[in-house]
Amino acid sequence: MPEFSRRQFLTAGAGVTLAVAMSGCASPIVTSFTGGQPKTADVIYWHLFGGGDGANMATMVKQFQESSGESVESTLLSWGNPFYTKLSLAASSGRPPDVTISHLSRLPLLAQAGLLEPIGDQFSAEGVTKAKFTPAAWDKATVDGTTYAVPLDTHPFVLFYNIALAEKAGLLDPTGENLKPMKNADDFVAALQAMKDANGLDYAAVASITADPSTCWRFFLMIYSGVAGPIVTDLGTKVTIDRSAMEETFAFMRSLTQEKALLPGNATATTSSTLFSQGRVGFLFDGVWQIPTYRGIEGLDFNVVPFPALLGPDPVAYADSHSLVVPRSSGRSAARTQNSVRFVKGLLDQSSIWADGGHVPAWLPVQKSKEFLELKPQSNYTEAAFNAVYDPVAWYTGAGSDFQTAMGSVIASVLTGGTDPTSGVDAMTTSLEAFSTARPPV
Amino acid sequence: MTATTLPAAPSGVDIKARPAVARRAPRGENRAGWLFATPFLALYIAFLIGPVLIGLVISLFNTTTVKAGVGDWVGLSNYADVLSNGDFWASMWHSVLFTLLTTPLLVLLPLMFAIFASRISRNQWFFRLAFFAPYVVPSAAVCLIFAFMYTPETGLITNAFSWVGLSAPNFFGTTSGAWFAVVLLTVWWTFGFNFILYTAAIQEISEEVYEAALIDGASPWQQIRMITIPLLRPTMGLVLILQVLSSLKVFDQIYILLAGGPAYSTRPVIQYIFDTGFSAYRGGYAAAATMVYFVVLVVISAGWFLARRRSPANA
Repeated sequence: MPEFSRRQFLTAGAGVTLAVAMSGCASPIVTSFTGGQPKTADVIYWHLFGGGDGANMATMVKQFQESSGESVESTLLSWGNPFYTKLSLAASSGRPPDVTISHLSRLPLLAQAGLLEPIGDQFSAEGVTKAKFTPAAWDKATVDGTTYAVPLDTHPFVLFYNIALAEKAGLLDPTGENLKPMKNADDFVAALQAMKDANGLDYAAVASITADPSTCWRFFLMIYSGVAGPIVTDLGTKVTIDRSAMEETFAFMRSLTQEKALLPGNATATTSSTLFSQGRVGFLFDGVWQIPTYRGIEGLDFNVVPFPALLGPDPVAYADSHSLVVPRSSGRSAARTQNSVRFVKGLLDQSSIWADGGHVPAWLPVQKSKEFLELKPQSNYTEAAFNAVYDPVAWYTGAGSDFQTAMGSVIASVLTGGTDPTSGVDAMTTSLEAFSTARPPV
Repeated sequence: MTATTLPAAPSGVDIKARPAVARRAPRGENRAGWLFATPFLALYIAFLIGPVLIGLVISLFNTTTVKAGVGDWVGLSNYADVLSNGDFWASMWHSVLFTLLTTPLLVLLPLMFAIFASRISRNQWFFRLAFFAPYVVPSAAVCLIFAFMYTPETGLITNAFSWVGLSAPNFFGTTSGAWFAVVLLTVWWTFGFNFILYTAAIQEISEEVYEAALIDGASPWQQIRMITIPLLRPTMGLVLILQVLSSLKVFDQIYILLAGGPAYSTRPVIQYIFDTGFSAYRGGYAAAATMVYFVVLVVISAGWFLARRRSPANA
């Protein structure tokens, strides 16, 4: 048996390691030292969708691969802050994916930092143009006159109702497919009151208020935006709270949970889903992405509609959108960019699959298709996508941000009765001062 | 590929020429020492000294994680912002509070159990293993398991309260409940490390001392009180400072189990640094916060070092 000396063994080992590392300059090991995204597929795609959305996205990617013959490497990352941290670090260090997802509410910072490619000629050549998208979403995808994202959907904050309970309370319109029209806050409160009284319920409605600052924020911004403009302007550096409008909003919200006791003031996400699915409340205030949660529940027949106009003259929907973006990368070839554009277009064309998760497709060819119009309840609230109000434009706002947590905590304390509307406005102002005076990263 | 030249044997001339420095290692040995330390030093400089220096530099700039480069010079204003920021001091307090809550438990309980375990004559290995085993479980796994057990309505710990007729605190919804949850988890999880330090120290104590005490008619309790505990005092000092420093560095458990909630009321300073530096992209500001925190840790360590030097009992 031939014997290796230790030195020979080590030398051989090092040689093998080096050979493996150097074989093929595109290997991930080499690119991790030299910088640049390893080219392991035609399109490298990162997203943040778990659950039902994740399954739908996987189907869309698979179908695109089959129909186009392009290979796509799709990576699911953890939702929220961790995703955006990773994305911005990858992009600023020059090795981003080819295509990724961004909430439109999170777009301003990424765009201002110069991390994204503008949506330019290569997209219009494929037919991806402004005229084919929900205007509110396309506008939000445009920062300082340049469009940086292709909107995939709009997911508004909406009104769920239990059909049987609403019928008993006499709230259904003659077709039975919608609620009787409501014009303002009085009509809305009257409907809640009727729901509670006619069915002998403890509460008419539920919203997840406790330990869920984002839901509080969505609920608040929807009502406030009916009567006033954004709470911060100048890219988040100037606080522009309309005190009287905010006090009015807080007073209205508080009357629902406190004086009129139409909503429980203490309700976690679990409480809301339990109460609504067991028919112990007639309404649920939540995002459309909750539709899959309730779809499978036996004995629960529900519908979803946009909120009516409340304090202002016109209905307003709080919403956010998922969008597809192409992070800037110096090393990406024109051919690779072309692959990415085709992939984005491919996902848009399949957004009827995406709509299954409750989202309204932003791509009008799908939104106006017969297939989508027949999809219920999704097609009921298409209008909400057009009335959408997003988070104010600032480097610190957006889905899952610390900003939403801070704002939502103030709103929650108003809803639970711990803070009166006037102190609520003060607390909101103080909190916003801290955000608006912090030195922006861009 | 490996530079394994052995150092030349020291010549007699060298030793004779420097009688005054006879205690110092000969030059050749010294060189070999540095050579052996090189891999460690390289890593230490690359991953500890280097980042600290970079952190010091970027704390003076508006560095962000969304742009390459260090950004604009802002002088000491990041420090001024950090020192005047209520959220920073609140998170510093949370780290200190966590230390105050966990340190006494983690210094005294392992001592007690190590002494008891050392008194057990049979199957000692089982108790040592049982107490040490949790320490090797990764933080994410520990937190997920405890999160299951803390779940309202269905969790094991939540239900355990009702078995004895108590109502469980709201572990995720209230500040006091959250502290209870994270302290209980930490004590169970990190108990083993201090336990092992104590066990090792107990084994160092000579059998003869106990034998002599036994002949003098000392009861087991007297032996523990008069022999074991006094002889363990240096180890207790060590455990105390290690525990204070590691508790001040708390991050994993609170981040994974509670995300610093409810409403940031348990967020430790490391999470504050992480949140501002990574989630809010403000690298320069976070570096300044890190430096302030670093200074606090150095002051604590230096204070302990001086106190130890002054009292000969612990030397």
